[in-house]
Amino acid sequence: MSAEVKNSTNNVLETKSLGITFGGLKAVDNFTISIKRGQLYGLIGPNGAGKTTVFNLLTGVYKPGSGTFFLDGKELLGKSPIEISKSGIARTFQNIRLFSKQSVLDNVKLGLHNRFRYSALTGVLRLPGYFKNEKMMDETAMELLKVFDLDGEAKTIAANLPYGKQRKLEIARALATEPKLLLLDEPAAGMNPNETAELMENIRFIRDHFKLSVLLIEHDMSLVSGICEELTVLNFGKILTSGKTSDVLQNPEVIKAYIGE
Amino acid sequence: MKLKATTKNNFLTYAMVIVLFAAVQLASGAGMLSSHLTGLLIPISYYIILAVSLNLTVGVLGELSLGHAGFMCVGAYFSSIFSVIFRDAISSSLLRLVLAMLIGALAAAIFGVLIGIPVLRLRGDYLAIVTLAFGEIIKNLFNAIYVGIDKNGLHFSMKNVMSMNMDKETGRTIINGALGISPVPRDTTFTICFVVILITLFVVMNLVDSRAGRAIMSVRDNRIAAETVGISITKYKLMAFAVSAAFAGVAGVLYAHNISMLNTKIFSYNTSIMILVYVVLGGLGSIRGSIVATLLLYLLPELLRSFNDYRMLFYAIILILAMLLNNNAAFRGAISRITSKIFRKKEAVEK
Repeated sequence: MSAEVKNSTNNVLETKSLGITFGGLKAVDNFTISIKRGQLYGLIGPNGAGKTTVFNLLTGVYKPGSGTFFLDGKELLGKSPIEISKSGIARTFQNIRLFSKQSVLDNVKLGLHNRFRYSALTGVLRLPGYFKNEKMMDETAMELLKVFDLDGEAKTIAANLPYGKQRKLEIARALATEPKLLLLDEPAAGMNPNETAELMENIRFIRDHFKLSVLLIEHDMSLVSGICEELTVLNFGKILTSGKTSDVLQNPEVIKAYIGE
Repeated sequence: MKLKATTKNNFLTYAMVIVLFAAVQLASGAGMLSSHLTGLLIPISYYIILAVSLNLTVGVLGELSLGHAGFMCVGAYFSSIFSVIFRDAISSSLLRLVLAMLIGALAAAIFGVLIGIPVLRLRGDYLAIVTLAFGEIIKNLFNAIYVGIDKNGLHFSMKNVMSMNMDKETGRTIINGALGISPVPRDTTFTICFVVILITLFVVMNLVDSRAGRAIMSVRDNRIAAETVGISITKYKLMAFAVSAAFAGVAGVLYAHNISMLNTKIFSYNTSIMILVYVVLGGLGSIRGSIVATLLLYLLPELLRSFNDYRMLFYAIILILAMLLNNNAAFRGAISRITSKIFRKKEAVEK
């Protein structure tokens, strides 16, 4: 018993048989995983397996039809995306979703929205709180941009960034919310091998530097085997297997799901 | 000191308005303005306020609103009721107008929130249709209502003046159905309009360049991403709606206190569309653009007077050409090349 309690405080995320159905189709069913503090955790599976649906469940975009989940022991079932963001889950999207007409710096500052607060009236009247908070926001945002080597492009409009940098900016914006758990949805999609290698370094660095856990969906196996410590394989909405990366990747059932018999 | 690009841009807008005002004052002092042109100054001013405030909804929030004249109507009527009642009690016309503007702004903002709440879930075309309907409802409501005052207080009716049953001696009709309110004290002056324009610019531009403004723009740019970084879409949508409506209300106050005979004719669908044209032509999200477009498009029909019958034809053709060119990438590129060359020359001279 005591071992179990100790174990649960060590886990950042715990899901208990999460599930959702779309018109009779069980998109995700009985999804139970636990992610330890500081862990790099991978979620893989063939197309349509329900990986992104899991992300949507964890961020409040969809309300789970069954099951529940905890962040740092706090139940987040039924919470809105805004509350979940404030609790400490941040995400990126498979199809990049930036505030495309705003500058790179402002994108990150929007991630800081709930960390440095001042009222709209303070902003309009340019009271001291405006200058104080804006200065801190600028500094914090620039620090984050430096991590991704984007500080030189702070004033560029986000839509004008090259693809790889847009992905990085999205991660920087997610980090700005100071998450405990970062969800990355195919961060290496569309990147060349050099960029992927650099991304791997970045992910490791942010895990250590910001002391957070990462759950990532990825198809690029070099990235998955390179950085993920544990893996869960999803197939047709169900967990096929979970465990250490090297074990999972050699599991014959996983190979079957990916390549066929 | 190095200024932020937006700060620089905002100062340029203030400077443009102040220079224009000074030029008009000088010209009118020297007797160079015809009485016709002098009569246009106040209308141009409140149309600038309308365009700048609508830009907050359409350009910054990214929602199409076709009911801006409705908010103007709310501001005009509520403030006029106040001014008619307190015409004698408050002798200073400036104080009366300032209070009227506060009442008009508040009333319009409340209507902005009221319309905002049910339509929050709507977007794009649907929102446009609902706001359009709202504008028409407001207009028709004020067309049908009778309001009077006597020693016992306010009286309302939807039928006619008689059915308000007012005291014969002290009874005074304030809103006479479709005939509207008359006379509204003529308190609006061009100088007050100028000050109100500056206040509008100050509020709108500072709001856009702040935490709340970024949040409003994030709703426009990507709603889903906005929610995932913890931004309340409801809150910022309502905020943009209310501020936009409040300034439309103020413009309505300036309008009502300039014409003395207030009725609902001007608050039609056409006016909302006209303001939208100013905003779109000036550039979505560009405050200075809204001001320039309003100036040009409002004065254009006047400048085309010598063409007589073909006036509106020319107006339409110029409008179409301007819209086409504004959206033409090659044309915009050429313009930006020219302006960058000019600025580079200036910098070289400064060095």
